[in-house]
Parts: sequence; structure tokens; C-alpha cells
Amino acid sequence: MAAPDQYQPHASRDDAAEARYHRRAFLVMMVLFIGAPFVVYPVFVMKALCFALFACAFNLLLGFGGLLSFGHAMFLGMAGYAAAHAAKVWGLPPELAILAGSAASTVLGVVVGLLAIRRQGIYFAMITLALAQMVFFFCLQAPFTGGEDGIQSVPRGRFLGFLDLSNTMVLYYVVLAIFTAGFLLIYRIIHSPFGQVLKAIRENEPRAISLGYRTERYKLAAFVLSAGLAGLAGATKALVFQLASLTDVHWSMSGEVVLMTLLGGMGTIFGPVVGAFAIITMENYLAELGSWFTITQGAIFVVCVLAFRRGIIGELEAWLRKRRGG
Amino acid sequence: MTEIFGVPTQALFGQLLIGLINGSFYALLSLGLAVIFGLLNIINFSHGAQYMMGAFAAYFLLNKLGLNYWWALVLAPLTVGASGMLVERLMLSRLYKLDHLYGLLLTFGLALIIQGIFRHEFGSAGLPYSMPEQLTGGMNLGFMFLPKYRGWVIVASLAVCVATWFVIERTKLGAYLRAATENPTIVQAFGVNVPRMITLTYGFGVGLAGLAGVMAAPIYQVNPLMGADTIIVVFAVVVIGGMGSIMGAIVTGFGLGLVEGLTKVFYPEASNTVIFVIMALVLMVRPQGLFGSR
Repeated sequence: MAAPDQYQPHASRDDAAEARYHRRAFLVMMVLFIGAPFVVYPVFVMKALCFALFACAFNLLLGFGGLLSFGHAMFLGMAGYAAAHAAKVWGLPPELAILAGSAASTVLGVVVGLLAIRRQGIYFAMITLALAQMVFFFCLQAPFTGGEDGIQSVPRGRFLGFLDLSNTMVLYYVVLAIFTAGFLLIYRIIHSPFGQVLKAIRENEPRAISLGYRTERYKLAAFVLSAGLAGLAGATKALVFQLASLTDVHWSMSGEVVLMTLLGGMGTIFGPVVGAFAIITMENYLAELGSWFTITQGAIFVVCVLAFRRGIIGELEAWLRKRRGG
Repeated sequence: MTEIFGVPTQALFGQLLIGLINGSFYALLSLGLAVIFGLLNIINFSHGAQYMMGAFAAYFLLNKLGLNYWWALVLAPLTVGASGMLVERLMLSRLYKLDHLYGLLLTFGLALIIQGIFRHEFGSAGLPYSMPEQLTGGMNLGFMFLPKYRGWVIVASLAVCVATWFVIERTKLGAYLRAATENPTIVQAFGVNVPRMITLTYGFGVGLAGLAGVMAAPIYQVNPLMGADTIIVVFAVVVIGGMGSIMGAIVTGFGLGLVEGLTKVFYPEASNTVIFVIMALVLMVRPQGLFGSR
């Protein structure tokens, strides 16, 4: 599924303009993030950064591959458990724990991807949701996840042996570096020939097949990349909060990442980041109201689908394009 | 005490009965999903919330208006179905020209709203709903004890399923419906009011969910989140059966309920996940589902 108004082919002049706009927006974003911990509570920004990376990974699959996964929480949560287990039980340093987490979700992504890409559209969403629910029950019952308690007081350790992560500021800039690396990797993937083929499959799969592309391989690759990057976010999140729990594997988390992407603008580069920050901020204020947060989430879904399908960034880009075009 | 494969027959039949009960609800819910999907081409994610609304409607009818279970069996599905038709007219009907996934997202949002409101009002603890007195107690079948209410649920849901199948596959009305599923434009050209048919179909599918909710109220407690996890299992049931056929939805629903019951006897740890494992196996062997067609 693609955001509307993404379809028209761009001439190369537009491509250059778009690259320029992306560069500028990226610089603004980096300045904001580098300065953020001096203004806002750093743990809050770190949480939002982890979710922003999660949403970007999800958007790679939905916005550019056209595949709606309703079970992405399984990659976030599974990577969290794997990283927490690696750091706490095996005593691995944080960089290896994060790698172990991402590796776990990548492997899970291969297995789930092979099953799910056998069906399209609505079925794809239902299958990923059902498999994620299976992973949820597995995490509930398996001994190493700690059941309802989760894995608590995960040691943060020293990143690369010399960065002491118990210092919040050091931790913040490590998390920011991980987010930036993930974000740039996703940007690179989208603008590579591989990303172009993905877009072609999204627009018209039979035509891509007739052009000789083995579309199921591209879809599987996109799925695995998205799962691995979602895992990177989940593993980082587990180290930041020193906790891996069932919340991150639950279906409501899968719904939340869909909402972040939808609100920010699916199929846009910066939309998921904006969406993640918006939802996490909202959660911060509405959390104590309990069920009102759920109701608000549902209402945003309904409003976005009915009246605001391009999302915040999508609307902004459309407005800018109209102004530039005169 | 007699045993089969080292399991006492009483326990075995007891679990099979629970399996059949769960299967009844799977069948009713996946039937509603299949009917809606056939004509609207959307997956109704709020189906679980509407099932819950059916149970709450029965609770309100009893405790606020003093209307008993039998009234609820008629009035609750009508109320829930009417609310569904309102949703279809006001919201879903705006999405038919778009990608079908938007329908999924919209109904997911609606489910969050509905469940959030009910949880806000009634908390997460369940409310009790007493069985109708005509159906309390049970009978001894010789090999097992059958509580009357459970027998009633199985018979009633089977009857509703078969009646739905009959209407859709064997009557004139059903023929219109199937024709509109194939090609709505031509059916409209023949003078059938297709938009109204779509509204009524959605209302009917949602009403089935409401009916399932009323029947579930005396067995499970009336709980704002009672449909949230059930709907995911029903999605797996739908993937296993394939949404192409009405009979497929019914057979798969009851069959998987039985399988789940058997798993509880022989390997209880897997009883939560067995349906998802079967789904994975079916996807490997027959991706279109057992009764689906490409």
C-alpha cells in the first residue's frame, strides 16, 4: 500500500530537488537530535529514537514494498529478549548484545517472511498478525524470557569497551549514532536499484514479474531487512530501559508502529520519525489516563484513514510541491 | 475408569466438548468475516469488538431492562448489526475505491476505540451473566456428562451456520449476493440496489458476531477484552480455511476447535499455539487455504 500522490514519475530535475530537500531536512533533524538532551529529558528522547527507527524499518516494508505487516512487534520484542539475554546471562558487551538481538530478529524474519509472502494484501496482514501472536505465546511460556516479569536489570556495560553507558549522556549519543546508522541504511536501500524494484513491485507486481524480476525474492529480502532493522531498534531499546518484556511482543505494539507510520506519512523518508515522536509524546501525557490512550490511538487511526491518508510529512511535501510548482 | 491412550475418557470427552464450544464461536465469527469479505473485500478487524458488544448488549438487556436471555438472542444481534450498518454508511463506504488495506486499518482503529470505551466504563474484570434457567443443569449421556447450555450452544450455532449457508447458496437473495460479489457493476445495472445490499451484508456479518457474543456471555465472562485475542485466532482460522467458501469457514471453525481441545488433552503447553502452527503448515502446503480457490 502506498501513500497517494507518490505515483507520478519524477523527472531528473525533480530528483535533484528532492535530494536537496532530503539533505536539508536531514541536517535539521540531526541538529535537533544533537541538541535535544540539553532541553528535554534524555531517556524520553532515546525511547522516541528507538521507536522512530522501528517505524522507519516498518515503513521500508509498507511504504516502499507495499506489504502491511501486522506483526512487527515480534521482531522488536524478540530482539529485545535476545539482546537482554546475551547481555545479562552470557555477559556479552553491549555492541555484541545488540548484534545478537538483531541477528535473532533477522532469523525470525526469514522464517516468518518465507511463510507470509505466500499470500498478498489482506492475507499477508492476517498471517503476520497470527504468527506474531504465536511468538507472543512462545515468549509467555519459554523459560528464558522470564514470563510476565520479563528480563529485568539488564546490564548496559561499556560500548566498544570504552564508552560507559551508565552515563546517560554517553548512552544518548550511542543511541543517536545507532539510530542515524539505521536511518541512513534505510535511505540507501530505498534509493538503490533494489529499492526501485521494490517500488515497481508495489505499483504493479504482475508487470514486475513480466519484466523478469523474481518478485518473491525481493519481497523476502525487504521483509528480512525490515525485520533485522526493527530488531536493531528493539535490542537498543532493551539496553536503554534495561528491560525486555511482553509489552514489546504484544499485538498492540504492532498496531502502534502502524499508527506511527500512518500518522507521520507512509512512503515518506521522515514521516515515521515524526509519527513516532508524536505518538510517544502523546503516550507520555495520556499514559496515566489508561484506556483514554487506547481510545485516542483508535481515533487517530480513524481520522488518518478517512481524511489524512498522506500523513503529516506527506501533506507537508504535497504543500511544498504545490508551492514550488506555482 | 476407562482410558484412551492413557487419558481418562471423561477428561478426553470433556476437552472435546470445550473444543466444540470454542469451535462454535470460531465458526460463527469466521462465517461473519467471510460474508463481509465476500462482498466488501475488507477484513473486519472490529469483529472481535463487535462480538464483545453482543455480550455487553445481553448484559444490559438483562440488568437494565429486565429482558432475559431469549430476548437478548434476538435484540442484541439486531442492535450490534444496526451499529455496524451505521459504521458502514458513515465510514467504510468512503473507502471502497481505495486499497483494501485501508478498511483493515479503519476497523482496527474502531476496535481500539470500542474496546477502550468499554474498558474505561467497566474495567478489565469480567461481569457475570447467569445462564437461562431453562438450560441450567445437564444430562448424562452414559459416556460423559453434558451441561445443557453447552449442548444448546453447539446445536444453535450449527443451525445458524447451516441456515446462513442455505440462504447464500440456495436462495434467490443469496444468488444476488453472489452475483454482486462477482461483478457489482453489472448487478447494479440490472436494477439491484448494490450499496444497500453492501450495508445490509455488513450489518448481517456484524450481527452474527453479536449473536456469538450473546451465546458466549454465560460461558465466558462479559469482558471488554474478550474479543481482542479471539479475533486473532479467528484470523488464523480464516487463513487456514480460505475465504472462498461459506461451508469452508464453518467446517474449519468447528474442526480447529476440536483440534485445540485435543491438544489440551495430549500436549497442553501447545494449546495456545496449535492453530497458528497449523496455519503455518497449511501455508507451506496449500497457500490458498483448505477450501480457498485462487
